[in-house]
Amino acid sequence: MFDYLELITMDNIKHLALIVAQILAIMLPLFGAVAYLTLAERKVIGWMQLRVGPSTVGPWGLGQPIADAVKLMFKEAIVPGVSSKATYLIAPIMVFVPALMAWAVIPFDEGIVLSDINLGVMYLLAVSSLGIYGILLAGWASNSKYPFLGAVRSGAQMVSYEVSMGLVVLSVILLSGSMNLTEVIEHQKGMWHMIPLFPMFIVFIISILAETNRAPFDLPEAEAELVAGYNVEYGAMGFALFFLGEYANMILMSAITVVLFMGGWLPPFDFAPFNLIPGFLWFFAKIALILFVFLWTRATFPRYRYDQLMRLGWKVFLPFTLLWLVGQASFMKFVIGV
Amino acid sequence: MIADLVFYMCAALLIMGGIGVVTARNPMIAIIFMVMSFFNAAGIFLLLGAEFIALLTVMVYVGAVAVMFLFVLMTIDIDFEVLKDTSKKHLPLGVLVIAIMLSQIILGVFSGVFKSDEAAATGMPIPEGGENITHIGNILFTDYLLPFQASGFILLTAMIGAIVLTYRKRPDSKRQVIGKQVSRTREESMVILDVPKARGTAEMKPEEVK
Repeated sequence: MFDYLELITMDNIKHLALIVAQILAIMLPLFGAVAYLTLAERKVIGWMQLRVGPSTVGPWGLGQPIADAVKLMFKEAIVPGVSSKATYLIAPIMVFVPALMAWAVIPFDEGIVLSDINLGVMYLLAVSSLGIYGILLAGWASNSKYPFLGAVRSGAQMVSYEVSMGLVVLSVILLSGSMNLTEVIEHQKGMWHMIPLFPMFIVFIISILAETNRAPFDLPEAEAELVAGYNVEYGAMGFALFFLGEYANMILMSAITVVLFMGGWLPPFDFAPFNLIPGFLWFFAKIALILFVFLWTRATFPRYRYDQLMRLGWKVFLPFTLLWLVGQASFMKFVIGV
Repeated sequence: MIADLVFYMCAALLIMGGIGVVTARNPMIAIIFMVMSFFNAAGIFLLLGAEFIALLTVMVYVGAVAVMFLFVLMTIDIDFEVLKDTSKKHLPLGVLVIAIMLSQIILGVFSGVFKSDEAAATGMPIPEGGENITHIGNILFTDYLLPFQASGFILLTAMIGAIVLTYRKRPDSKRQVIGKQVSRTREESMVILDVPKARGTAEMKPEEVK
């Protein structure tokens, strides 16, 4: 046996501290972004509906997210009597954590990435398929009808759209010839993937809307029929974690779209005024653009009916992406000759 | 050294998860334990340098198989008392199966396959250089092409079989035909009537329809 106390050396401690500092450097701005995304959503939808949005707390309503957070923190946490206690308490954490885990492989700028692994794309797919557990368990643990229906709907929806999302991601891998996210971005120098793969880009955008349970696919929380879906029985911080998880997932999915299709940190044109702006600013600007599309969609489209949602996922996207993948592979093999 | 520590942690949690699956009273809790086992198995794969298989374990088993179990368990209504009675009835059979499997493992361990240098030769056939996904692809699509295709067809057959077995015609359910809805014209779907007061549309003649 080894003497594990020997592991506690100055070097190891420094290494550990560095990793923790890096993680915090990603997480803390992310929490801020999540908080202000909620404000942005209310403001943008407000303007689209000729309202002002939140305007009372602080100048221009900027204090609103802080006020919301404080309110949720000081609320009493209630656990329903007939619920499965441990599962009920774990579920919100299981929604929130995967949304944070995925950021480990997202490259913010050239070389600025927490973990530059070769299978980054697969890691993203693996991690993004975990969020569903929290939702299913929340619905089951609440032991109540509406959360249960919401959870089953949400689960079915996420499973359905994961399939076509995986195929879209495969087409990107096929084009760039690598699963390393940094290399995927490097490959987009000159032409972003969204140009040759434009139909897949559209499929991906629609799939991430469904994957994050956002409008027009927000059936799990269809207010009119299910009250609020899987999180009806949650209050205080449990509810806040679901909420944060949903918004963190939105930001994450936007980041994945930017990395896979919109050239990550690369400027849109590689000449003077554009390539002077640092890469991470381009990255954030592109994420903001996709997030705006999320909000825009919510303010514009009516909610899908459940059977229409399933039809779109299984009967339209799945055959289309499969055929596209076969076609793209054949094209690359026989015409270009890779 | 750190690798050893992580291995023992993963192995201990894997076994704990396995025990949890068997002993948990509630099947939902059992599935959570199962997910824990899958994760730790993936961790051990990672330590062995098989990161592709590790991520595949998480994607397929945690992301798909266990989710399906969870789904099925959530939607069916289980009577735990009946379940316990029947499980007691099948106890001898279960013990027999466990005894056979245990003896197989013990025989395997003592047969010498897992001796140290043999394990180095057979346990980790990772060629030098390149990503291991490249190597897996090269082997899978050359040496094992036929078995690979055959397993694909078996899975396809299973899928079609499951659909055929569970499919039933539902004459009462109304299906949406989007093409039909979209191709409806204004002429065939609406009429504008000049309806006389207090008499309604009942006495109107077709030529009065504008």
